[in-house]
Amino acid sequence: MSTIDWQREFDHFSPEYAADPFSVWDELRDVCPVASSAHIRNMWVPTRHEDIVAIAHDTEHFSSRSPLIAQFGNMSDFGITAPPISSDPPYHTDIRRMLLPFFSPARIEALRPSVEAYADELIDGFIDGDGCDAAADYAQFIPVRIIAKMLGIAPEDGDQFRTWVNALLENAPTNIEIAGVNLAQLYGYFYERIDARRKDPGEDLISFLVSQDVLGRELSDPEIQGVCLLLLLAGIDTTWSAIGASIWHLAGHPEDQKRLREEPDIWPVALEEFLRAYAPVTMAREVAVDHEFKGCPMRQSEPLLLPFPAANRDPSVFERADEVILDRADNRHVAFGVGIHRCLGSNLARLEVQVAVSKFLERVGPFHLADPDAVRWSTGQIRGPRVLPIAFDK
Amino acid sequence: MVSEIVVQTTGMNDVVAHVRVDSDRCQGHNRCTALAPDLFETDDLGYASAIGDGAVRADQIDAAGLAERNCPEYAVILEMMSP
Repeated sequence: MSTIDWQREFDHFSPEYAADPFSVWDELRDVCPVASSAHIRNMWVPTRHEDIVAIAHDTEHFSSRSPLIAQFGNMSDFGITAPPISSDPPYHTDIRRMLLPFFSPARIEALRPSVEAYADELIDGFIDGDGCDAAADYAQFIPVRIIAKMLGIAPEDGDQFRTWVNALLENAPTNIEIAGVNLAQLYGYFYERIDARRKDPGEDLISFLVSQDVLGRELSDPEIQGVCLLLLLAGIDTTWSAIGASIWHLAGHPEDQKRLREEPDIWPVALEEFLRAYAPVTMAREVAVDHEFKGCPMRQSEPLLLPFPAANRDPSVFERADEVILDRADNRHVAFGVGIHRCLGSNLARLEVQVAVSKFLERVGPFHLADPDAVRWSTGQIRGPRVLPIAFDK
Repeated sequence: MVSEIVVQTTGMNDVVAHVRVDSDRCQGHNRCTALAPDLFETDDLGYASAIGDGAVRADQIDAAGLAERNCPEYAVILEMMSP
């Protein structure tokens, strides 16, 4: 058992939490449903489904100014924005509405052939061997390539994106120097791309953004850089994690592999169950005004962690919450959040996870974990396997 | 007087229920269209509505129920027709 006092010193950066957040949530839901953390500026952490959903819907008392929490400060303390995720209405409403058509079901479905072709290309690279690292050799590449395509950026720049994003999400929250260096490089990169699109627009998202107004004025370069930052932060490690975690689950459950191969019709329901059970994304809020929530005296600008994955494992809402039931019918999971900040890219994430996992199942054949002890899960607000050695049964 | 009990048989093409989407609640999760594509559609922004008048045939009732029980915003409403 962990030595951390989860009720008063909650620590989502700890290796214990990365390895097993589930038992932490289970313990807290019963004895201390809104935990706190004295050493992270009195951060609050609800773990029950009803509280997480209520807070996500309450934009009056909880601001989205700081969707990421660092040990050394709130995102808003440094003036870092990634609209619309880091904003509140009415600005949020306007900029989100501008972006929604790019992520509509029809627009995203049109990307399916590209995702399939890329998954096939990656599998071609390791299919003749005895195994692969499904996180490092496979899952991580797919979201980057697709985001680059949407932004109209050369696919080979994807490696650079992954380095920045991974550093920003996993290392920067506990190391201010890593945060500064990576943000500066990322902003510099996009500054050049925005400038190029202003002079020579194309069909991509950056070209679209330079032509748009928000609240009756043109979008500024820093705002466009912020949107690009969001697309990278929200679109890469997250989906990489969901693909990896689903493959990790299947590696340990040959019966589920068999069922998905034999009954591909259950994919739409099974996909939602993978997303429920292995939701990778924990969001955050900032307390907007002093108020009491469930007996907790919350003060303005205190950070609040919003672990959607904990809501998805709440046994008061989901029967056998800790089990993956591929054809689970009652499934109001909140993997993509809930309320006005519902993940903009949820259709894209679904497409990528479904294509990546089903292609892997179909082409690799039966597989298992090569070394369960070698699997490493990321720390911080995005949880997924970063090392995932898989052996092919063949 | 003895009331007559009429035993009805439901054909697969009979309308047994209606679905609708509460547009004040819908946040465009697209779960209903993914799970019941014959019953729901989305607009250019991704917000959902029922196709046509929302009529659900007997052979679509499972899909309709799935859409209702997967909506995280409680925006999908399924109303069974009284027998």
